[in-house]
Amino acid sequence: MTTNSGGLSLTQQRQRAAFWFIAPMLAALFFVAAWPLLRTIWFSFTDTTLSDLYGGEWIGFDNYLSIRVLESGRVIYRGTLADPAWWNAVWNTVRFAFVSVFFETILGLIVALVLNAEFKGRGLVRAAILIPWAIPTIVSAKMWAWMLNDQFGILNDIALNLGLISQKIAWTASTDTAMYAVLMVDIWKTTPFMALLILAGLQMVPRDIYEAAKIDGVNPVKVFFRITLPLIRPALAVAIIFRMLDALRIFDLVYVLTPNSAATKTMSVISRENMIDFDKFAYGAAQSTLLFAIIAVFVSLYIWLGKVDLSGEGQK
Amino acid sequence: MKIIEGRALRATATAAMLAAFGAPVAAEELFYVSGAVGNAVEDFKKIVKPWEEATGNTVTLVPMPASTTDQFGQYRLWLAAGATDIDLYQTDVIWAPQLADHFVDLTEAAKDLAPTHFPSIIESQTVNGKLVALPIFTDAPALYYRKDLLEKYGKTPPKTWAELAETAKLIQDGERAEGKADLWGFVWQGNAYEGLTCNALEWVKSFGGGQIVEPDGTISINNENAVAALEAAKSWVGTISPDGVLAYQEEEARGVWQTGNAVFMRNWPYAYTLGNGDDSAVKGLFAVTTLPVGKEGDTSAATLGGWNVAVSKYSTKQEAAISLALYLAGPEAQKERAIIASNLPTIISLYDDADIAAAQPIIPQWKDVFLNAVPRPSAPTLGKYNEVSAKFWSAVHNTLSGNGSAAENLELLEVELTDIKGSGW
Repeated sequence: MTTNSGGLSLTQQRQRAAFWFIAPMLAALFFVAAWPLLRTIWFSFTDTTLSDLYGGEWIGFDNYLSIRVLESGRVIYRGTLADPAWWNAVWNTVRFAFVSVFFETILGLIVALVLNAEFKGRGLVRAAILIPWAIPTIVSAKMWAWMLNDQFGILNDIALNLGLISQKIAWTASTDTAMYAVLMVDIWKTTPFMALLILAGLQMVPRDIYEAAKIDGVNPVKVFFRITLPLIRPALAVAIIFRMLDALRIFDLVYVLTPNSAATKTMSVISRENMIDFDKFAYGAAQSTLLFAIIAVFVSLYIWLGKVDLSGEGQK
Repeated sequence: MKIIEGRALRATATAAMLAAFGAPVAAEELFYVSGAVGNAVEDFKKIVKPWEEATGNTVTLVPMPASTTDQFGQYRLWLAAGATDIDLYQTDVIWAPQLADHFVDLTEAAKDLAPTHFPSIIESQTVNGKLVALPIFTDAPALYYRKDLLEKYGKTPPKTWAELAETAKLIQDGERAEGKADLWGFVWQGNAYEGLTCNALEWVKSFGGGQIVEPDGTISINNENAVAALEAAKSWVGTISPDGVLAYQEEEARGVWQTGNAVFMRNWPYAYTLGNGDDSAVKGLFAVTTLPVGKEGDTSAATLGGWNVAVSKYSTKQEAAISLALYLAGPEAQKERAIIASNLPTIISLYDDADIAAAQPIIPQWKDVFLNAVPRPSAPTLGKYNEVSAKFWSAVHNTLSGNGSAAENLELLEVELTDIKGSGW
């Protein structure tokens, strides 16, 4: 201990100590999050290729948009912002994110309400329901790919035997059903996660409110919309934001299930394709940067419109 | 019989290698990365055993997904990062121009071995005078057909695609009427990946529609023969081929075929041995022939495939790695591979080898297929090949799945390829 510390107030001392406790985490965050992000943004303004990562030169916004006027007067637009494949991927991703999060929230809420009730073997059911979430996505995606296979797949077999379909459906191959297949697997996989987060929120709701409602003879539907839903709203909002972030950067499931189908290609998939397969590293970096920007916009909008309290200040 | 032959082969190989590479010095542990299709992992162990015994080194196979597109992505990442974990890469015939910078020049090491291979294959692996990889086997697909079913309906193997569709439909309808509800006429690889480029190139070429980008670099894909070829292929989907064929790669097609649920299949030679395995429902019931043509007078086309072995520039055990590469591309290993896995040798003299002819009578026959082999446009398009191929397979996949007509999609493809080409490949 140096004599200097005597000159500082207690608050200052505590702040200084806090800083040193946080410093390792800040450093780790800088190296694993901030640095790769900044580097990707920097790459997107160069002409770097994967074979020569350090030889890229600054080319400004050309990877995003470049406009050239030919001598004939024809105007040519190049770059990600003029690339129909990119906008197709954006649309796929946004559609996927909204539909999957919508269904996961509804189903997760139902599952959470069931699990919140008192019944025998509740602990076991709570553990069991987490299994889809615990299986690595690559494994479950491959598993589903076989179940969805048109010739040997069990889904077609069951549906055919039950008379639900008249002929085998090529789930992942047909452009009409590919997105449904991806959505189905994602909803199967992530509903437990939503259920768990919502369940945590449900358990915070004081029991006596329900008792009071019961004594007053309020019907259960009204209890749900007037009591349960408003009280779990903060937990629900955080759960949705987590899922939204996750869904907007979906990669693994699509990559395994329908790797090259234009009907399901998402922003992450197309960015990887450009970076690795096509050796257009900088172009892919530009798409990654846009992906980051789009996610940032979505989250800010959501927090602003939904007045979500992420800081926890309101709890005090 | 086969076992004894194998042992004798191994003994001679061991002796030859001891002479060639000297007694084992320090044992090295090498890592060899390769896509794994069928029995590739077990076969590889058998093939490298003599080399391991002779040199005292060991080799570990790092298996990769069957999709060549996935393999390429992973290899490119490792190589760009200068990974020292992998010493040897098994590379597709089309990758040489794109990965050349990362591999060791084998010209000097293989100066005696290289001239015994087909010159065209060695040439495909040479980039600016640098021998990037050594061929270990070549590949050319053929039409597999069910002898028993064709006989039952009094049909001969089809010469044209139209004949194939007609025969397939006849047999499919006939067999389904007899209760085989799962039988399909023709299975192939229609997933949107490199394999579709191979399939579609065969249709287009055998209809007289060129080979997407000609050797001199001209983009030739937008022509009426190519349109006719794609329209013909489109008419198969949902009629003689299951709708799911649009998600099939090699193994899915083989799955349908080997369970006895297809009359025809387009596939590579590896499916021959597996189809004659004891667990196969079609064992002894099928034969192969060259792929059909568009109309009388056109020539059949089979996409030239094949795999090569390259030594990573970043390997810390290059000497041992080069020795393994030479062994794998050499006559002993190629012969063993031909016998156990029906992989086509790239060493010309092996096509007259009596042991191979006895064990795999199909290999001498495959010479006909190989003579019609057409290369993918990886040579003229250089580093842009992957993008060209992806655009091509997307256009084909769109056409097959009813997303625009062949004429529209090929017209669009021509524009896209012109854009990619820019001022030159």
